[in-house]
Amino acid sequence: MSPLLRVEELHKRYGSEQVLRGVSFGLEKGETKVIIGPSGTGKSTLLRCINRLTPPDRGRVWLEDVEITHAKAQINRLRAQIGFVFQSFNLFSHLTALGNVRIAPMRVLGLTKEQATRLARAELRRVGLGEKEDAFPAELSGGQQQRVSIARALAMGPKLILFDEPTSALDPELIGEVLEVMVSLAREGMTMLVVTHEMGFARSVADEILFMEHGVIVEQGTPRQMFTQPQHARTGEFLHKISELYGEAAS
Amino acid sequence: MTFDPAWLPRLAHGLQVTLSVVAASIAIGFGIGILLAIGRVYAPRPIRWLCAAYIQFFRGTPLLVQLMIVYFGLPTWGITLSAFSSAILAFGLNTAAYQAEYFRGAIQAVRGGQMMAARSVGMSFRQAVVLIVLPQALRIVIPSWSNELILMLKYSSIAFAITLLDLMGQAKRIAGREFMYFEIYLVVAAYYLALVFIVSQLLRLLERRVAIPGLGAPGESR
Amino acid sequence: MLENLIEVARHGPKLLRAGAINVSLLFALIAVGFLVGTVIAVVQVYGGRPLRAAARGFEWLFRSIPAAVLMMIFLYGPPRIGVGKIDPFLAATLALGLRSAAYQSQIFRGAIQAIPTGQMLAARSMGMGRLRAVASVILPQAFRLSVPGWSNEFSSVIKDTTLAYLVGLNEIMRQAKTVYDGVHMRLAMPTLIFVALCFLVATYAGNYLLGVVERQFRIPGLQMPGSGRTMEHSH
Ligand SMILES: Nc1ncnc2c1ncn2[C@@H]1O[C@H](COP(=O)(O)OP(=O)(O)OP(=O)(O)O)[C@@H](O)[C@H]1O
Ligand SMILES: [Mg+2]
Repeated sequence: MSPLLRVEELHKRYGSEQVLRGVSFGLEKGETKVIIGPSGTGKSTLLRCINRLTPPDRGRVWLEDVEITHAKAQINRLRAQIGFVFQSFNLFSHLTALGNVRIAPMRVLGLTKEQATRLARAELRRVGLGEKEDAFPAELSGGQQQRVSIARALAMGPKLILFDEPTSALDPELIGEVLEVMVSLAREGMTMLVVTHEMGFARSVADEILFMEHGVIVEQGTPRQMFTQPQHARTGEFLHKISELYGEAAS
Repeated sequence: MTFDPAWLPRLAHGLQVTLSVVAASIAIGFGIGILLAIGRVYAPRPIRWLCAAYIQFFRGTPLLVQLMIVYFGLPTWGITLSAFSSAILAFGLNTAAYQAEYFRGAIQAVRGGQMMAARSVGMSFRQAVVLIVLPQALRIVIPSWSNELILMLKYSSIAFAITLLDLMGQAKRIAGREFMYFEIYLVVAAYYLALVFIVSQLLRLLERRVAIPGLGAPGESR
Repeated sequence: MLENLIEVARHGPKLLRAGAINVSLLFALIAVGFLVGTVIAVVQVYGGRPLRAAARGFEWLFRSIPAAVLMMIFLYGPPRIGVGKIDPFLAATLALGLRSAAYQSQIFRGAIQAIPTGQMLAARSMGMGRLRAVASVILPQAFRLSVPGWSNEFSSVIKDTTLAYLVGLNEIMRQAKTVYDGVHMRLAMPTLIFVALCFLVATYAGNYLLGVVERQFRIPGLQMPGSGRTMEHSH
């Protein structure tokens, strides 16, 4: 069986800076993989290259048997099947919570307003924000905004969701509510690729952790392997450092 | 000082012309201005330059010259327009350039993540601009756009130079016939004061009506 | 077309001489606008209540009444109220100059209010009187902060000198009209485009000179907070 997502030899440079130097990995249906790595290593770039929000220079990406990186790929249709959750939420500022979740099902999937509204309400309840549908982004806390943005991704019925440091812009007391939603998604069998340094989350739901540095995957393995017997000294050092920084809360 | 009530119906007629000319040219300017702004921000280089050149020309030369070019100059090329149409065309093309700059500022004030998020849920570029960027930019732009509208309202008073019988044109006619120059222009000044006041209040009302928490002029937002 | 251009070129010197009147008017307007605008701004920030109200009323009137109407009032008003006949240049200078003052005062006021209150306190603590402190400490900073807004106003005033056409001043637009009036209507387009180009050049030259002046007087660290907001008001 071929994996749900396959990434092969992705390269990307900005000016003279080679940000991705050949990244390859796969993601099976229902799997959750966590990407960790120092700042500026290319983690965000990798996620954005996967659905071509940033065009990669070289390398290929498949969603099931469709090549996303193919020149003739229907990129908007493919993106509609891949959720993306941003570090800075990026909720549409002029729309309410309901409007944010509803707009893409209406305008991209072609649902009627009634259908889209029903769907959006259900997704908002799923992330625990049924009561907040009329609030504008500026009227929500960071944690609530991030949960709306997860609902926005879910409403498209995505095959997988990419998370780019979804909790790192949040005050510590708001991180738990977002991780909780993500944990239950993982348990429900959603396929997820998550850049995060929340090691508690990684330990409890990740099938695999990928350690990236300088644009390549240095090492990958199950959380147990990575924590107990990393193959590379750098992996151990880094895990040790972030475990100290972020603690092991919220597992 | 004398004031003749018989002036009022004539001035009312002129007022109507003033309002029509301003409304029409602002509308034209709005349409062209949005296109120019989108061209300036998103279009490939040659188109971006063309838009910039248009804006430069219309902002760099006096409105009176532009008005004269349309009314006296275009006939040289075989295009003859009435004073009314000439005023609308000249003012419309001119305000388009100014509105474009305000729209551009507003589009650039919409945070970059908004476009990225719109594309990430599968919207096309066009959808992202129309559904996500413009609705925000148009709200952000209201204060400066209001200024522009009021400026146009005042500047429209130069159109009597091409014989348009707007508020000012009617006043000039009355004045010439009755030798009441000073008085009539004081009355016209009062008309404009009232107009400017009413229009700015209406625009403020509009701004409040469409306001969204967290979406304001740059600097006012979070 | 070519022969039209050649014919217009023959009128070039005449047009440029008329343009000199626009330039004189420009200097007159800027001078009136700068002086009166500064006074109005200072009064608005530091004046007593009645003075402040008067300054605000002045600003409101001169910003709300169209330039064309103001010029008519200044042209026909003085004879009517017994001051005597006034020539169009003076009428235009007063009307457009005071109007520019209203806009400039707004720019200066914003700049004065952007200066930290500590500056005034420090000046007073050294024994300066209020006026002295304003003149030697506040205004020199405020003028520098005003440069971006003031440059816009300057460009506007350059273009607004053509409005003196409306009171019959023999400036460049009126000279242009004498070129194409009557039997020479075919010269209208090339003549007017020539005038438009003159203004493009003048605007660029003006902005360039202002840039030079600004660099001369620039002081590190002294800048309008969130600078870049413009107050353009002229077409
Ligand atoms: N749009 C861009 N233009 C130019 N350079 C960029 C751009 N985006 C990212 N970079 C550069 O690419 C490198 C990798 O950035 P990226 O955001 O992918 O890193 P990251 O691993 O996500 O880091 P962080 O943990 O800080 O989010 C950085 O050096 C960054 O400066
Ligand atoms: Mg990142």
